[in-house]
Amino acid sequence: MSKRTTSGGMRAGEDPAQLAGAGEAVGAAGGDHVTRRRFIGYLIAAPTVVAGSQLLAEPAMAAIPTHQPVDNYDLTDMLTEAAMPTSQLITVVVNRDGTVSFDLPRSENGQGITTAVAMLIADEMDVPLDTVRITLADARPELVWNQLTGGSNSMHSLFTPVRVAAAIARGQLLSAASALLGGPPSQYTIHDGVITGAGGRTASVAELAARGAVSSSRRVAVALKSSSQFRLIGTPQRRIDAHEIVTGQKVFAMDLEIRGALPTMVCRPPTINGSARAIRNLQTVRRMPGVTDVAIIPHTRFVAGGVAVRARTFGQCIDAIRALDVTWGPGTAEGKSDASVLAELHAAELPLTPAPVGAKTLQQRFTFYFRPGDPLETNCAIADVGAGRAEVWSALQSPIWAQEQLAQMLALPVGSVKVHVTQGGGAFGRHLFSDAAFEAAAISKAMRKPVKLMWHRTDNFRQGRVHPMATSLVRIAYSGANVVGFDQRHTSVATDFTHGLGELISAMLGSQPHGDLGYSQTYFNLTVNVPYNFGPVTQLLNEIYEPGVFNTSSVRNVYNPDVTTATELIVDRVAKAMGHDPYKFRRAFVRDARMLAVLDKAAKVGRWGRPMPAGTAQGLAIHNEYKGRSACLVEIDCRPAVVNRVVRDGYTGPRVTKVVLVVDAGLPINPLGLEAQMMGGAMDGIAQALTYSLHLRDGHYLEGSWDNAYYTREWNVPAKVEVIVMPPTTSQPGGAGEMGVPASMAAVACAYARATGTLPTSFPINHDRPLGFTPYPTVPPVPQSPTNGLKEAF
Amino acid sequence: MPRHTFILNGRRVHVECPGDVRLLWVLRDLLGIHGPKYGCGLDVCKACTSHINGKAFNPCSVPVSQIRPSDEITTIEGLAGSVGKALHPMQEAWIEHDVAQCGYCQPGQIMAAVALVKEAKAAGRDVSDAELDTLRNICRCGTYARIREAVKSAAAQM
Repeated sequence: MSKRTTSGGMRAGEDPAQLAGAGEAVGAAGGDHVTRRRFIGYLIAAPTVVAGSQLLAEPAMAAIPTHQPVDNYDLTDMLTEAAMPTSQLITVVVNRDGTVSFDLPRSENGQGITTAVAMLIADEMDVPLDTVRITLADARPELVWNQLTGGSNSMHSLFTPVRVAAAIARGQLLSAASALLGGPPSQYTIHDGVITGAGGRTASVAELAARGAVSSSRRVAVALKSSSQFRLIGTPQRRIDAHEIVTGQKVFAMDLEIRGALPTMVCRPPTINGSARAIRNLQTVRRMPGVTDVAIIPHTRFVAGGVAVRARTFGQCIDAIRALDVTWGPGTAEGKSDASVLAELHAAELPLTPAPVGAKTLQQRFTFYFRPGDPLETNCAIADVGAGRAEVWSALQSPIWAQEQLAQMLALPVGSVKVHVTQGGGAFGRHLFSDAAFEAAAISKAMRKPVKLMWHRTDNFRQGRVHPMATSLVRIAYSGANVVGFDQRHTSVATDFTHGLGELISAMLGSQPHGDLGYSQTYFNLTVNVPYNFGPVTQLLNEIYEPGVFNTSSVRNVYNPDVTTATELIVDRVAKAMGHDPYKFRRAFVRDARMLAVLDKAAKVGRWGRPMPAGTAQGLAIHNEYKGRSACLVEIDCRPAVVNRVVRDGYTGPRVTKVVLVVDAGLPINPLGLEAQMMGGAMDGIAQALTYSLHLRDGHYLEGSWDNAYYTREWNVPAKVEVIVMPPTTSQPGGAGEMGVPASMAAVACAYARATGTLPTSFPINHDRPLGFTPYPTVPPVPQSPTNGLKEAF
Repeated sequence: MPRHTFILNGRRVHVECPGDVRLLWVLRDLLGIHGPKYGCGLDVCKACTSHINGKAFNPCSVPVSQIRPSDEITTIEGLAGSVGKALHPMQEAWIEHDVAQCGYCQPGQIMAAVALVKEAKAAGRDVSDAELDTLRNICRCGTYARIREAVKSAAAQM
């Protein structure tokens, strides 16, 4: 890799501290409204121009106020600082064909970071966007904490390092042009990929790629474009993979053709995390058409396991799974049901502090049932484990941890395990864990053959990772015209954070007894907040069960959809008690101008307070996270004609008819991608408030298909979904991937409460109603595919 | 081993496998056609939606033995070719409206949308919001609102 030179290279800045490597950047004179700063990076010895960047972390804030930690230091800061020390190891490469490539050390699952990163590079280098090629990097353990995709942190942590690398590559192209055509580099400019010098002499990126190469790596200083010079950043750009997607050419893990990797599925236990003890009809199943291998895969902390079947087609795997007669051992949540977990949550709730003397209080406990974390692509991975080596392909948000853990599992040196990150068909936090990769490797090792492992949809719902069930007790105290205290006690089934920061050491810390609690408390404290001036605030988390009892993970926005929904419902109630309109009340109590701006925008565009028929209403909610602000206004229709719509095998219920979601994401990189994220977040918010959950009965979930687990479908999509991206408010991009969920979920809950004149206290609102479906059996664990598809043709 | 033949994206194909294997696995595992995606195998999520003789259907729920030699199967890979263009108007509208996010469900969404519009046009009407409500395809990224816009604008071009 890069050979660093400490002398003889270009030195940056005039500041001695800078030369000692103590600072991230130094200010430089500049007339732009955002001060131009100089950054240090590297030109790396390679056949063509290869540039990296170096950023050193600023010291962490010394004091973190205990009442609202996120005011000074939040999860975004933590993850960005964790990524910084290795940011010089990510490189922009200029290729001989004139393209520029970047091997992105993050996972793309639809959130649009490949497009946004391509924009950063094209903008800084002044090359056309369509000449930038973004690939997903294999696991690179040297990156340590800089290959974790999570916490909506990708653009925030990559924004500067990627541009520094691109700016150095650009500078080197100018130097190469001056060497080739004469005159100083300062006379050269790049426009749209063409380098032009004095007298109009031009050269292409392709011509200069090799000429700009350096034989030994060296430090260079570089100034980045100021915001006023951005050409692409802040402009709406379509996804760079749109054409591949609409023509069916985009390659996901299961579309890869790896030699010998035949379809493989697992016959899974009837209860959560049960284990296979014996196969009673092994020989019969082995002889079934297409079947090549059958093997018991033990359940471990990392591998779900069961009986694996490898066959010529996935259909024949399903046939074999349904034919298997397996003796099962107990699961990890035997006998547990919604009601028993709820009782345990109540017992574990931390006490409230005494209410302020003389104040009136409103208090309510809300319940949030288990809900799936399922992307549409089920858990899947290809693994080829051979003598002394292993290779794995999967959509992974923590590939370094996957590689290191695989090395441990397989007793191989880390360097002998190759981990390729594939494009994911959605993730939503599910792929922070590497369940399919670990299981595929275990199966490949047991069968001594390559396997293409895919979970059945029913497996994904019943054995996959979920958003943990939780309760949130909130108490608001008010006196006269003021709110004088706010307390929240969030009690949850443990969220599994044992992936740590995406590599083995931090993962192992999380796996120690009570180690996960360290992560969950940190995560909770660095993300939750009350965006109002409510005097003294306490928000505390307590968790029940160790990770591994239930399979949980961070699911899009983790605690905050529930925390915010509980908060906003009680805010509406206190507003009413104090005689205020919900919007005017929020206006009076929001904590900063950015929040006020998004709130006002949502109210104005959504026409807050417009007259509406009985049984319909508006709801309003706000949220502060990821260096951003959001406000959501929804309208809901709860009239019988809507609620009682009949859709075959579908759930209808109330319909959200309008969503106005306003987001201030600091500096929006790609407003079009941001809009998409917000719209998607709103679809999640609608589902989570109204319809989408898992019913836990006797140690297993009842839901087994998308006709059971009611994610938003077209018949519940609002007629109007409007996303408003605020103009830049800061010089850094905030997080986008999760930001749309909490305010929209809370706004739907508030609208429902206002339309029906009730206070919903458990979510989703339909969860406690009679089941709308007949659950699939648990043995066999997967349903057979229908055979009447031609009758349904239209 | 039974032998099956049909027309796939304009070309005759042959495949040997038991007749009860669902067409989705014949396409994906035996013929290497990966546009139709697996999302449930239960005719619920509709990620594998393709066309048979111009009508939308879900190959996860059709045994290959039910496919006749004269049947024309069109997957997303063959959609543009079926109208003799580089891109079908629905695909163009999808790009224009930047519909996709992860893209996993989108081949199925596009194939279902084309059939819905054709059905409406055959009945001499525009696609209504109520008809868009009948699309059952799941999109977990939540691209639904843009899908509706894209279908409406593509309908005008079809």
